[in-house]
Amino acid sequence: MSETIATASETITLTIDGQEIQAKAGQTILQAAQKNGIYIPTLCALHATKENGLKTDIAPGTCRICTVKVNGRTMAACTTPVAQDFIVENDTEELNDLRKTIVELLFVEGNHFCPSCEKSGSCDLQALAYRYQMLSPRFRYAFSSREVNAESPKLLFDRNRCILCRRCVLAITTEDGKQLFGFTKRGDKSGIIMDEELVKNISEEQAQQAMHICPVGAIIRKEKGFDTPFGQRKYDHNPIGSETVCTTCNGEKS
Amino acid sequence: MAQKITIEPVTRVEGHGKVTIHLDDNHQVTESRLHIVEFRGFERFVCGRPFWEAPVLVQRLCGICPVSHHLAAAKAMDMLVGAGDGNGLTPVAEKMRRLMHYGQIFQSHVLHFFHLASPDLLFGMDADPERRNVIGVILEHPDLAKQAVLMRKYGQEIIAATAGKKIHGTGAVPGGINKNLSLEDRDAFLNGINGNPDLSADKMIEWSEAALALLLDYHSSHTDFLDGFATFPSNHLSLVRPDGALDLYHGVIRAVDPEGKRIVNDVDSRDYLDVVEEEVRSWSYMKFPYIKKLGPKEGWYRVGPLARLNVCDFIPSPKAQAAFEQFRAYTKGKPNHMSMHYHWARLIETLHAAEMMKELLLDPDLQGTNLVTKGERCGEGIGLLEAPRGTLFHHYRVNEQDLITMCNLIVSTTNNNEPMNRAVNAAAVAQMTGKAEITEPMMNAVEVAIRAYDPCLSCATHAMGQMPLEVTLYDAAGAVVDQQRKGM
Ligand code: SF4
Ligand code: SF4
Ligand code: FES
Repeated sequence: MSETIATASETITLTIDGQEIQAKAGQTILQAAQKNGIYIPTLCALHATKENGLKTDIAPGTCRICTVKVNGRTMAACTTPVAQDFIVENDTEELNDLRKTIVELLFVEGNHFCPSCEKSGSCDLQALAYRYQMLSPRFRYAFSSREVNAESPKLLFDRNRCILCRRCVLAITTEDGKQLFGFTKRGDKSGIIMDEELVKNISEEQAQQAMHICPVGAIIRKEKGFDTPFGQRKYDHNPIGSETVCTTCNGEKS
Repeated sequence: MAQKITIEPVTRVEGHGKVTIHLDDNHQVTESRLHIVEFRGFERFVCGRPFWEAPVLVQRLCGICPVSHHLAAAKAMDMLVGAGDGNGLTPVAEKMRRLMHYGQIFQSHVLHFFHLASPDLLFGMDADPERRNVIGVILEHPDLAKQAVLMRKYGQEIIAATAGKKIHGTGAVPGGINKNLSLEDRDAFLNGINGNPDLSADKMIEWSEAALALLLDYHSSHTDFLDGFATFPSNHLSLVRPDGALDLYHGVIRAVDPEGKRIVNDVDSRDYLDVVEEEVRSWSYMKFPYIKKLGPKEGWYRVGPLARLNVCDFIPSPKAQAAFEQFRAYTKGKPNHMSMHYHWARLIETLHAAEMMKELLLDPDLQGTNLVTKGERCGEGIGLLEAPRGTLFHHYRVNEQDLITMCNLIVSTTNNNEPMNRAVNAAAVAQMTGKAEITEPMMNAVEVAIRAYDPCLSCATHAMGQMPLEVTLYDAAGAVVDQQRKGM
């Protein structure tokens, strides 16, 4: 990157959609935006909260839904650190159409049947499809053939709904840091695999956390489902993007 | 020249039907068939899915009565998770489900009678089709139309409050329910939704009584038509409570022959495979079930409101019981075989559902908080239920990983397949024999026969693609002599 990344103590001034905001050096554009109540959509990046049990924000940079224009160039907001005088375009017709396209591609690439999905109403992908008013996808369905892995006693892993965001890989670990999920293969063969032994011994809380961390309905707690009635699901009252600043920490990293 | 006339599509029936009527050289009806030509592989595509998705997935079988499929599957899942067979749930779970089901029966019966069947009765089967439809009812009988709309709304709101949404809710979960009924909801249903006294439990009972009175009044002036149209003897099958009461949510399987003699005597619903078997015929995707020990020729039976009232001993709600006694007395206690009396039975059940909704709403158990029970998990679940149009069988097997490996569904319309074919034939014989020309009212008569049973065919065959709307005429050699297309 040609821009100089400022040192940690520095306060940086940048504009997002013409609004001047202050950020701390080392923050990403996404973090700076969130801190200032500006919504940038995310699928793979996740802000650490008490609820999701994360100690630090994660930003695998896999989904590109957070794409913004920085001084005229498209960048991922979740992985790009702020720099002085950045001019960031975010909520524009062009970018929102790009985001809608990403959502559509994710839908046609997987096999999503929201009506019977436990995550329906709490799913970030579905919520973004509503936000960008995806009525029907422009692309042909891939009809990918994907199996459901139901071997583990506590978790069901439905690859049909996995968007390969990598959140689970980064966020779900044992106490001593071993990863329970990992990536396998490449390209359109990419997939998530579980460490069968580690996942077998997962606690109830960790199973719950894994389901919570996954932005879609790919990781589901086994033998349960549809326990949360309509009206109490995550996006039943407020659509995605209506609440940008985390209430527990006010956007600060913990 | 022998002809085959094809009526396509059957209107005011959800899904697509096709009727062929075979005439000989003298325009005598030789045979009629109701072809169900849609196909939906629900039984296949639930395989491989985790069992707790089944109650949510299978309700897409039907747009009119999704709740029935939801609950039948949930009952099967109760067995799987060791929550008993219709008797192991907590009081709040069982009663919430019953309330949901009575809401469903109520709205569906109202839709079936007022929206789909009443135009034929109010205007006559041979009235101008421009008038003989639900819009005609709204224009010429506005009060009745308004009542029908509000009654249906009431049922739908009951469903929303118990299942979470009016259509395709998720209220029932394996072993129970995911919410109880709030006091605000209860009070609204008792006193009037949004403060509107027209949307109260008592109003629903009052209007159900009025609808029944309307039908009986019509009956008194059209006795020959209602008693004679598509009437034929048959067996009747339904679930009943073990004490013989009408029970639409759970019970034992009972069937009677045309004389009223028990031919299936209160068999545990889990043993349904000992009772029924299904026959496949080349010309329809829909199977033909029959009572196993009687064989396909003798064993076919009717299900639905008429069958239920022929099979049960009494109705456990006072106003509906009084109406039931009148209904039973009409055939001197013997089974009633008059197809058009499905509507009479349907309106008695509508009244029963209204009474049951009120009774349940007054029950404090609905505010209980113990929602789910679980016991020892097993690999097979069977759930039977009386859906608005008849008995529904749901049967699933799951593997050790909780994925469904087998699913068998016998839906109400399938159960009524043979009787509907007979009703179509009876109507065709009566209307078309000796006639040289096929008129619209004649075609409608055939549809009236189907609508007495079912406005809904798609669920039974589970539909792929759209049927072209066409009328085809064949000669004896099978060559097309005429073809008309509608709505294409
Ligand atoms: S994961 Fe989300 S988008 Fe996919 S089926 Fe489930 S609710 Fe729909
Ligand atoms: S399982 Fe969920 S969290 Fe993991 S990569 Fe797939 S979508 Fe992301
Ligand atoms: S949220 Fe930034 S790339 Fe996924």
